[in-house]
Amino acid sequence: MRNRALTIAPLLFAGCEGVQSALAPAGRDAERIANLFWAMVVGGGVVWLIVMAVAVYGARAKHEHSEKLAGRFILWGGVVFPTVTITALLIGGLALLPPTLDLGPDEPRLAVVGEQFWWRARYRQGDQWVEVANELHLPTGRRTAMTLESPDVIHAFWVPSLGGKVDTIPGRTNHIAYEPTRAGTYRGACTEYCGQAHALMAFHVVAEEPAAFETWLAHQAEPATEPTDAEATRGAALFLEHGCGACHAVRGTEAAGVIGPDLTHVGSRAHLGGVLPNDTASLVRFIREPEAIKPDVRMPAFTTLSDAETAAIAHYLEGLR
Amino acid sequence: MSDEREPRRREADDVEPLAEAPSKEVREAQEERLRATWKTPEGWRYWSAVNNSEVGLWYTSLCLIFLFFGGVLALVMRIQLAQPGSDFVTADQFDQLFTMHGSVMMFLFAVPVFEAFSIMVLPEMLGARDLPFPRLSAFGFWCFAIGGVFFCGSIFFDMGPRGGWFMYPPLTTDYLGGYGPDIWLLGLSFIEVASIAAAVELLVGILKTRPPGMRINLIPLYAWYILVVAVMILFAFPPLIAGDVLLEMERLLDWPFFDPARGGDPLLWQHLFWIFGHPEVYIVFLPSVALVAIMVPTFAKTPMVGYSWVVLAALGTGFLSFGLWVHHMFTTGLPGISLGIFSAASESIAVPTGVQIFCFIATLMVGKKAELRVPLLFVLGGFSTFVIGGLTGVMVALVPFDMQAHDTYFVVGHLHSVLIGGTIFPIVGAVYYFFPLVGGKQLSEKLGRLAFWLMFIGFNITFVPMHLTGLLGMPRRVFTYPEELGLGTLNLVSTVGSFVLASGFLVFAIDVLRRKKNQPYSERNPWGAGTIEWSAPMPDEAWGIRSIPEIDSRYPLWDQPNFVRDIDEGRFYLPDAEEELRETLVTSPIDAKPVQCLRVAGPTFKTHLAALGVGGVFIFTTFHWYWPALASGVFGLVMILNWLWTGTAPIPEKKEKHVGLGLTLPLYVSGPGAVGWWAMMITMLADLVAFMALVFGYFFYWTANDTWPPTDAEDLGLLWPLGGLGLGLLAWTATAMARRFNRADRPGLFYPALALGALAALASGVVLLWAPWRVGMDPTRHAYPAMVWLLLIWCAIHLAVGVIMQGYCFARRAAKRMDAEHDADIVNVTLYWHFVALTLLVTVAAVAGFPKVS
Repeated sequence: MRNRALTIAPLLFAGCEGVQSALAPAGRDAERIANLFWAMVVGGGVVWLIVMAVAVYGARAKHEHSEKLAGRFILWGGVVFPTVTITALLIGGLALLPPTLDLGPDEPRLAVVGEQFWWRARYRQGDQWVEVANELHLPTGRRTAMTLESPDVIHAFWVPSLGGKVDTIPGRTNHIAYEPTRAGTYRGACTEYCGQAHALMAFHVVAEEPAAFETWLAHQAEPATEPTDAEATRGAALFLEHGCGACHAVRGTEAAGVIGPDLTHVGSRAHLGGVLPNDTASLVRFIREPEAIKPDVRMPAFTTLSDAETAAIAHYLEGLR
Repeated sequence: MSDEREPRRREADDVEPLAEAPSKEVREAQEERLRATWKTPEGWRYWSAVNNSEVGLWYTSLCLIFLFFGGVLALVMRIQLAQPGSDFVTADQFDQLFTMHGSVMMFLFAVPVFEAFSIMVLPEMLGARDLPFPRLSAFGFWCFAIGGVFFCGSIFFDMGPRGGWFMYPPLTTDYLGGYGPDIWLLGLSFIEVASIAAAVELLVGILKTRPPGMRINLIPLYAWYILVVAVMILFAFPPLIAGDVLLEMERLLDWPFFDPARGGDPLLWQHLFWIFGHPEVYIVFLPSVALVAIMVPTFAKTPMVGYSWVVLAALGTGFLSFGLWVHHMFTTGLPGISLGIFSAASESIAVPTGVQIFCFIATLMVGKKAELRVPLLFVLGGFSTFVIGGLTGVMVALVPFDMQAHDTYFVVGHLHSVLIGGTIFPIVGAVYYFFPLVGGKQLSEKLGRLAFWLMFIGFNITFVPMHLTGLLGMPRRVFTYPEELGLGTLNLVSTVGSFVLASGFLVFAIDVLRRKKNQPYSERNPWGAGTIEWSAPMPDEAWGIRSIPEIDSRYPLWDQPNFVRDIDEGRFYLPDAEEELRETLVTSPIDAKPVQCLRVAGPTFKTHLAALGVGGVFIFTTFHWYWPALASGVFGLVMILNWLWTGTAPIPEKKEKHVGLGLTLPLYVSGPGAVGWWAMMITMLADLVAFMALVFGYFFYWTANDTWPPTDAEDLGLLWPLGGLGLGLLAWTATAMARRFNRADRPGLFYPALALGALAALASGVVLLWAPWRVGMDPTRHAYPAMVWLLLIWCAIHLAVGVIMQGYCFARRAAKRMDAEHDADIVNVTLYWHFVALTLLVTVAAVAGFPKVS
């Protein structure tokens, strides 16, 4: 019996170390909230035990208690105790609010836009905005504020390892700030139901040393690399020929679409669409049957392309590092 | 048991039952007449019954059927989520499943079940023969049945609504095609109307049909809770209906209430939805606390300790619940100060909740050792689960923690702890407790225990792990999740648990449905309870109560000597039905002094036809079949008028009647003493709340837009709106004068005044609609013209209904169904017009006055 309990427990808590866990904090806000949570769990557990013990005792006790005692019990247990504990909790808990919402005096350097069913992000680099999709990078040890917007329906931006969530609401500009404390890659998700592929509206945040972050951003600001081999060159031509550029941008080429994700450095991302490993097979699938990956996605399926053509485009995109 | 206790101290003016029972022959003759009067129709006509025990039983059963339907939907979702990346259902099917599950559980089970249950047992608790408006309950039930079946049926045609039970725009306005959202908006609006009808019925029932002597401090706790909850429904549902109107107008007619590109704001919907949605939680939860409040004293064999504490806590919870809605919107980016205030307000609800729980525990402590029978098991199991839900509620009410937990499975775990522990466990316990009152037979103690342990264990296996699942990164309303999140084990555990939980419900269903033909009838008052409903014989008679008692105690079966005998032998009020008409007593709201012997209506099919007609309007509109909708509406209106004409406020054959114990009461009352006046008052309060929700919308846009009205908006001017208002006020004055002329018995002035009123009302409606038409306001261009149009149309509809009412009074007097003395019709219609006048004033002030000053 004891052995079994020991084997189940780690299973239950295995996810605590997950890439999308509020209980494996890697950011200032997430740490504070996780501590608050554990404190509340312990406190709440004690309260629950006491209440249940008294209830069972009251129902089963052989002797009757006086009404006077019962009245005191109601006053102290039902009024005084919750009032005191909850006041204390509010004072302690709401004190955590300012760091979550404080954005500092500067205009945020990062603008995040939730769209059905992916994430657009723009970094300000000097006087230019650099656009990326589904993979954000944040410097560790610094607080990065972001604006949150949506052009279509309501989404919510959440990276549990780093902190809480805030909705992106059409017509409004919201804010959130994260301060990663530990380098690593963390998964984020949309938490406001936004349509069929809501469950698949994932993204990743790479937290890294400020220097590495600046290097990454500088690279993302550059135009796309030229195709280096024949197949990639053919892929680039097919990409334009089949109208991919109407929705996608590849900076430095004629493709300047703004509807879908910017693909200038798509090859540099670890994931595709936030949900697939970024490799040739995934790229081919995304071109062939986007609907099967994200139901109700706006991208049409390019079924008329031959296998070779699809592979060429995939190869070209993979090379856009 | 009654002789163990000291009877309560009696007031000087208390009436005593007859010292001697009438002779056996007299009693048998009385019983014969009562039986004939209250006889339930047989054969296919059975379904024409309107009596509270029949309607209440159908209503409750149908709610439980919807509970099982909602539960099956949940099981399908649990199968899908049992492992990562499963394709048991598609994303689209999953969206329909969770939308239906939430909507069915909330609108077709949780709210109506308490209304249904109260319709069934409340008159028994109040020693009344029936509720004051039996046909209104029947109408409400048939609306509910039609709407509910229509709504649930949609999923079988792959037409189920998708947007979640909260239907947030712009997803539901611009991005979801098909009829799904329309089915949700129209189907549920129809059901909400039925909910409000039941709330009116229950409120008037509690305020006006209590037994003599049941002063406000002696009301059974159950009735106190229902009183609070019914008031909450009147204030919570109308904002949702107003929101439904806005959302449906945007879907059908492209009026941009929630489109930010045209001055609308998606957040307005969230406010309206949660102004309903949070009180809704307590509307669902408090009635179950009420059940606990009635079961605990029975098992502790002692009166509730802290009766006044409990009543105040219930009132406090109801009041506070209207100030917390923003905690559903903590992540919408509201300013920190609002978050702090609403966080504190949300936490404060823990105090009245704590008081209630501790009162129950204190009662158990004061009482003797309680036998752990099935109902008490469910009560204690409910405590255990609900307290978990309460404590996690304290956690999520804290904004920083909510920013992590919001819209994750943590909240799924939390809300199910509250709703299953707080609501469903007590309900199942109450079914075990009250079952003998329905058919005279007990449910099985063995099966009950089995059902309890399966449900209790199954519940905890399902929902306790979900708290962790959520914090480990699982958002709500996802049809799948990737393996890399490591959530597979926890989800599998939850799925297994959900089937254990479901098997508990299956055992419960088997126990309820199994044949009990050979089982002996239960003894009378099997639990040894102290409240009036347990005076019923087993099996019960259709007349409700043999004679209506005089009450001196909260637990008359314990405290009033020979109480049951005196009821049985007809020693109290109304022991007879001399005229073979269904009668019950009406008393005053505070001190329950008898004021009227009310005759209530008997079986009919008119209410069914009226429900069909009204239902047709909503159902045909869903599919844009406007002509059938109109025809159906006209049919429904005709049926309602026919029902009112033949069934309400008939002039009695005599002025007053002896009701027993030397008391003579009038048979006809109008004005604030009458139940009809209260029903009109309460209905119009609900109507006013819906209107105020629209006005709230108007001013919400003002805060959300830079300029409101927009700078390029057409100006209505003052002339036409004020002219319309003047004509409307003239119609109102004329109606009020007509009431006076009627009472003064001056038909020569009554008819012209009413005709003038109707003409002025029609003119007022035309002028008010002409005002925006004249300046060419286009409601699809911007939220401002849309809102102006909507408020003016709202006024015009109210004026039109007012004209129908004026015509009705005109015809009533002409047909000699109303005269100077019997004037309830015109009195109630005048009351309606007071509200119309107020509505017009506020509307014109907003649409014509506000632009001048803003």
